[in-house]
Amino acid sequence: MSATAVMAHLPALAVVVPLMTAPLTVLVNRPALVWRLATLSCLLTFAVAVGLLARVLELGPFVYEIGGWAAPWGIEYRIDAFNAYVVLVVTGVSAVAMPFARRSVEREVERDRAYLLYCAWMLALTGLVGIAVTGDLFNVFVFLEISSLATYVLVSMGRGRAAPLAALRYLVVGTVGATFFLIGVGLLYEMTGSLNMADLAARIPPIADSRVVHAGFVFIVLGLALKAALFPLHAWLPGAYGAAPSAVTAFLAGTATKVAIYALLRVVFTVFGARFAFGTMAFDVLLVPLALAGILVASAVAVFQQDLKRMLAYSSVAQIGYMLLGAGLVSEAGLTGGIVHMFNHALAKTALFLALGCIAYRVGTVTVASMAGLGRRMPWTMAAFVLGGLSLVGVPLTAGFVSKWYLVQAALERDLWWVAAIVLFASVLALIYTGRVAEAAYFRPAVPGGLPDRAREAPLSMLVPVWLLVGLNFYFGIDAALSAGVAGEAARGLLGGVS
Amino acid sequence: MSVETTLVVALLLPALGSIFVGLSGWHPNVRETVTLATAGITLWLVASLWPVVAAGGRPRIELVETLPGVPLVLELEPLGMLFALVASFLWVVTSVYAIGYMRGHHELNQTRFYVCFAVSISGALGVAMAGNLFTLFVFYEVLTLATYPLVTHSGTEEARRAGRIYLGILLSTSIGLQLAAIVWTWAIAGGLDFTPGGLLAGKVDGPTAGILLCLYVFGVGKAAIMPLHRWLPAAMVAPTPVSALLHAVAVVKAGVFTVLKVAVYVFGLDLLSELEAGRWLAYLAGFTIIAASLIAMRKDNLKARLAYSTVSQLSYILLGALLATSASVAGAGMHIVMHAFGKITLFFCAGAIMVATHKTEVSQLAGLGRRMPITMAAFLVGSLSIIGLPPFGGMWSKWFLAAGTLQAGEQVLLGVLMLSSLLNVAYLLPIPAKAFFGKPTDRSDAGGFQEAPMACVAALVLTALGCALLFIEPDPFHQLATQAIAPLATSH
Repeated sequence: MSATAVMAHLPALAVVVPLMTAPLTVLVNRPALVWRLATLSCLLTFAVAVGLLARVLELGPFVYEIGGWAAPWGIEYRIDAFNAYVVLVVTGVSAVAMPFARRSVEREVERDRAYLLYCAWMLALTGLVGIAVTGDLFNVFVFLEISSLATYVLVSMGRGRAAPLAALRYLVVGTVGATFFLIGVGLLYEMTGSLNMADLAARIPPIADSRVVHAGFVFIVLGLALKAALFPLHAWLPGAYGAAPSAVTAFLAGTATKVAIYALLRVVFTVFGARFAFGTMAFDVLLVPLALAGILVASAVAVFQQDLKRMLAYSSVAQIGYMLLGAGLVSEAGLTGGIVHMFNHALAKTALFLALGCIAYRVGTVTVASMAGLGRRMPWTMAAFVLGGLSLVGVPLTAGFVSKWYLVQAALERDLWWVAAIVLFASVLALIYTGRVAEAAYFRPAVPGGLPDRAREAPLSMLVPVWLLVGLNFYFGIDAALSAGVAGEAARGLLGGVS
Repeated sequence: MSVETTLVVALLLPALGSIFVGLSGWHPNVRETVTLATAGITLWLVASLWPVVAAGGRPRIELVETLPGVPLVLELEPLGMLFALVASFLWVVTSVYAIGYMRGHHELNQTRFYVCFAVSISGALGVAMAGNLFTLFVFYEVLTLATYPLVTHSGTEEARRAGRIYLGILLSTSIGLQLAAIVWTWAIAGGLDFTPGGLLAGKVDGPTAGILLCLYVFGVGKAAIMPLHRWLPAAMVAPTPVSALLHAVAVVKAGVFTVLKVAVYVFGLDLLSELEAGRWLAYLAGFTIIAASLIAMRKDNLKARLAYSTVSQLSYILLGALLATSASVAGAGMHIVMHAFGKITLFFCAGAIMVATHKTEVSQLAGLGRRMPITMAAFLVGSLSIIGLPPFGGMWSKWFLAAGTLQAGEQVLLGVLMLSSLLNVAYLLPIPAKAFFGKPTDRSDAGGFQEAPMACVAALVLTALGCALLFIEPDPFHQLATQAIAPLATSH
């Protein structure tokens, strides 16, 4: 195939590459080899994502028809700046976390089950990328189920007895969410006879007063909000993140909820349109307070967590609040802030979870108490954790600052002082919950016999991914032209309807 | 090297030096040589920019555009020049002092200490050279974060608690209030550049401007206006060189410098002098001056007394900035220099006493003058300069500040300044008086001459001489301070 032919099929390749890798991993069934295969596949998918983004930035949005069948009969993949951006984040996180996973999985998962983990990982990646690229609402459901089922498996592979239970809870909640979504899609199909997003966007306005459409909106939004862990529908998240193997947590934290948020924004802004969603349905009246409550409550709960994985998980719930707050402000600055925060938060949170993975690898437990004296024993890991934490707080020159800047600006634009105040206050809470880890690691002496002898610096294959992400946190904090630029483009696309 | 390059190199040199300091950690002599060399070269680079700025030049360089319309910019103007000169000069002196102190006191983790110290200096220089509010905010935060490990240096429970207060107050005010003020300013003015005459002039008035001013003044926690002063006494658990350079000069002056910059270049003196809120904040600064002095009188711990004295003196500069007259701003600018030399001398003395005798309380110092005559003489000089008596530099800044209160028609605040000088006498002069004329309480003080290590004594003599020199030759700094408010009149 020539280069142009590959370029033309990039949207399909983004899904096909990980999808094809999944059965291969089962056939090969040797941990070391499977890991190589999966890593190669992740890197390849990431390369495809880079290609997609470059193509969108160069040529503008484009449509890819699966099998050459034209919409609305066939399924089409519709790529614009927003999709390409999300695919970049998802595949990027996967491409960084997968190289890290080998040592981490060796320690945390039984050898004869490791290939299943890689298989489920590839399927989850397939589903997540699929949700992001497709332009068909039913197709979103299919990919949602693929990624969810794979994710349940991934979570259940964690150590300890909590993992199967957490996976089960996640499964129950996730299934409810997916069912709601499907009911909503069914209602829309009944009213319009179409499943294609662009087609729906044209057919909904004339029947926007119909109760059935309203109900469809509510079902879809509720289903996706469950998947996105919008407060107060977040209860599944801390358990799932806390119980999953370290590398899986890092992968999920950077990708799963973000793709659900992507789908939510896509449906709200592109399919239903901002006028219907925020005018007729007054979605922002619900979304902004819930997002703010999530930011405050989850940050406050994070302050009191002793288990660091759960602490970061609650922090994720708060950060999801930031992303949705940006959407709820319904302005270019707000949406840019929300979307760029998907990117920036993926950088920061994945770095933090990977650093925790390093600690879990050497120390075993990751609680505040087990951090004491770790600043000397694992200097590089702890330095990475502190720097990643700064990005989470939103200190200037880190990526997190860029998101806060846009969000505060958007709040001030609409004269919502208290919203700006809450956003900034939650940064202080983030400072508290990351700060106490740093304090324990650097200024609290190790308890004699508290740290095992093997608690020395993590192996290089784990440190490099962590520091790569830390470096990117600073790069995109100093020069946000790419991250904020594309996010701005995506925001304009969403506000302008289907572009 | 072009002027702009010099600017960047001077800014980055301490941070780069810190890497070499970290690498040479196993060889204390090499490490200290690197520190001294870095400090010396930095001073030389900063000083080489002085003639350029004095002649009306404003070297400016845009480093990178972080967000659309929000670049990272360096620009050196007279006030920044003044602050950069003070910080880089006193860094050299403090480096000499620190060698004697840290070794004499057998401190642990000295490499981490020197690394964080150097990064802090980069932060302070960045604040001085910032060309817009965003850049200033960036380096303000760098300074906060780099000094945190210095505060918690000893790792004791007390130090960790102090660190929590330190980080808690400084970061929550800067992120919660200052950042909000900056974004708001951006929304109103459409830019963040420091503009002669005021970025916001003519764009905002009345209550909005008042709220914005409050956000800035309270958002700059480093200026330690009451009730946000608690972090400063808490930070005194740090080793003395940190208290001396950072918590009497670099960090706190970065705070008042920020307020001064905001007053002169963001609001502009015309707008600021019309604001009702500015008056109220000036009165709050006046209250801080008196209240902190009263607390200082009751502190027996020497460093705590000096810390409250600093809180009080910082509000002199805030007062000068908020009154927004030509004399008061000139006085505020000069007080940055004068107070720096006076207070660093006092802290050097306190540290020297601690190293030589392990005494930390004022009540233990009786009769110490016979044992440490040089140190106590320097302490007297520093005290007199802080009080504002001739023949020491502190007199000039108080002179202009007092003139400023009259220009603004605030006789009450003039009274505050005068009363404060009396209170300064009451809490500072008893210390040397007791040392020279008091009876030694324990027998070891009756013994012969026993000063702190040579490096410590040399440093504190140097800064004490500086106080005297600034009385004779205050003009260069006076010119820099006045140039900032009347750039056209002086750049002929």
